[in-house]
Amino acid sequence: MNKIVDFNAFPDAYGRFGNYGGSYVAETLMAPLAELTEAYLRLREDPAFIAELDHDLKHYVGRPSPIYHAERLSQHVGGARILFKREDLNHTGAHKINNTVGQALVAKRMGKPRIIAETGAGQHGVASATVAARLGLKCVVYMGAVDIERQKINVYRMKLLGAEVVPVTSGSKTLKDALNEAMRDWVTNVTDTFYIIGTVAGPHPYPLMVRDFNAIVGREARAQMLEEYGRLPDVLTACVGGGSNAIGLFHAFLNDADVRIVGAEAAGEGIATGHHAASLAAGRPGVLHGNRTYVLCDDNGQITETHSISAGLDYPGVGPEHAFLKDVGRAEYVGITDDEAMEAFHLLARQEGILAALESSHAVAQAIKLAREMPKDGIVLCNLSGRGDKDVHTIAAREGVQV
Amino acid sequence: MSRIDRRFAALKATHRTGLIPFVTAGDPSPQHMVALMHALVDAGADLIELGVPFSDPMADGPVIQHASERAIAKGVGLNEVLAWVAAFRQLDTDTPIVLMGYLNSVEIHGYARFAQEAVQAGVDGLLLVDCPLEESAVLRPLRDAGLQQILLAAPTTAPARMAQLCGSAEGFLYYVSFAGITGAAHLSTGDIAARVADIRAHAKAPVAVGFGIRDAASAKAIAGFADAVVIGSALVERLAGATDAEEIAVRVRAFLTPIRTALDAH
Ligand SMILES: Cc1ncc(COP(=O)(O)O)c(C=O)c1O
Repeated sequence: MNKIVDFNAFPDAYGRFGNYGGSYVAETLMAPLAELTEAYLRLREDPAFIAELDHDLKHYVGRPSPIYHAERLSQHVGGARILFKREDLNHTGAHKINNTVGQALVAKRMGKPRIIAETGAGQHGVASATVAARLGLKCVVYMGAVDIERQKINVYRMKLLGAEVVPVTSGSKTLKDALNEAMRDWVTNVTDTFYIIGTVAGPHPYPLMVRDFNAIVGREARAQMLEEYGRLPDVLTACVGGGSNAIGLFHAFLNDADVRIVGAEAAGEGIATGHHAASLAAGRPGVLHGNRTYVLCDDNGQITETHSISAGLDYPGVGPEHAFLKDVGRAEYVGITDDEAMEAFHLLARQEGILAALESSHAVAQAIKLAREMPKDGIVLCNLSGRGDKDVHTIAAREGVQV
Repeated sequence: MSRIDRRFAALKATHRTGLIPFVTAGDPSPQHMVALMHALVDAGADLIELGVPFSDPMADGPVIQHASERAIAKGVGLNEVLAWVAAFRQLDTDTPIVLMGYLNSVEIHGYARFAQEAVQAGVDGLLLVDCPLEESAVLRPLRDAGLQQILLAAPTTAPARMAQLCGSAEGFLYYVSFAGITGAAHLSTGDIAARVADIRAHAKAPVAVGFGIRDAASAKAIAGFADAVVIGSALVERLAGATDAEEIAVRVRAFLTPIRTALDAH
């Protein structure tokens, strides 16, 4: 790894992280993106905006979230200490709210009365509907028809919050198609609409902005580690769908060269089977949804259908900053299968009394793998990105249980 | 002078408005794609826009989305598209062909390889919906090989940027008539006229207007102030489901002839 890299210097003015990122969008969106970039770059330095955001994160989201030493789990695994950054304790149950609170404030400052969002697991949709309700903004959420079926509870939550949920039936009817449809809405309604993208993907400035709003996770965790443990963790891990909770945890540690960083992608039924969503581990550089990044596609460039038990990881691309971190060797990305995630889910439930989201269960599985190979005084810090209430139906169905 | 430039020069010399039909390559029928292209020319097309099917057509409405899905399901990719262009060129060396699509198709094919194969097949230009001027450095090998990059301008394009686009335009500049996706129906000619007049006064290249043109009346309304009109979704919709060459030619003729007539009567 090249130690001279200052990871805070990315992205550049064009939104590029090395070869990745950028703004690969239709001409119609260049102006609204420029307007958004200009507004956001101003707001991120604006003390009044920062104060309002901090206030909301504290009083509405419930930050800071604790780091929690999972003693029984660690003992059971028999290796290093496993610590969880408890994003599952946030209002609405996942890290996604960090981003939507931030973007909603940007929307408000920009005077946009209408919010649109795409969602996979429904967590980002719920988090968007939540902030829209709070600010009195109209909210439309695009969601793949397949995901609507497997995340019914979140669909209903969004409706209770006053959002309109639009089923997307094109393509593979999952997250990527929901993103396409949200982009189509945005290009049609550019003047009054603010598009809250739910992960560190999309065109510039989204990968930067969503990372900034989630970077609170790593900033808090780093300070908490120093305060409570007197040192940094040996290794960080997080699940990677689009990559927002992962970059959120990783970012504050990128310049700490001694902290190892491992992202866990969805290996589905196993990477060798082709039924997976491991864009970094098994994909190649390409262009999707407005940025250059690693994508899963065939030799014709057609984006391939992905598979994961968790809707939130079922995405054939990944945030460009992760592509960059992989290429420069700062982070490693590995696959966790559906079965491994399920096993970790149950273990965490029984050892610690925590039902993790299926997405987060991938990170838990990876944390267990890492801890097992490490000495007892080592520390693995894992982002527990969300809670599993939304997944109980999926889990019951998979295990043949009638709820 | 490129084939596209020659064609627009000829249109100008005869005071005609260009007719640019768009079809999704491989739809309605891969076997009859070359026949379809010839039928377009026979019915009055001045230039053909051939859509390269992509799995995630972010800027397209349902009609072209579905056409792309049908073509992809039949295995259509860039190799097939290039082969059809080459076959078309055996009989027609005059009608310019512009491939329209999304960057990932070219990125994965490889820029240098694509440039060489596309020129060899007889492709003249490339319109990549998701590759704005700022990102077109990657297209260098294509331009070096003689392919023209067709740029888009939109109602949202700010004045400074419009000046830049006008200065960089080659082949023709494609003005998107409204903020939206392909296939949407609204067209307000008044707003477009003023904007296009302004662009034509500054652009190095002719200006084609697309989005929202679906019949003779809308084509004629645009013909008053544009160098060419592009018609996509309405044609793709009309062709959907046709299974043999004869049926395809009949539908093409029925659809394009009134439009050609309206443009020429202008
Ligand atoms: C709890 C949870 N974790 C992780 C993810 C994956 O997204 P990202 O990779 O952007 O964090 C999701 C997405 O819905 C989620 O709900």
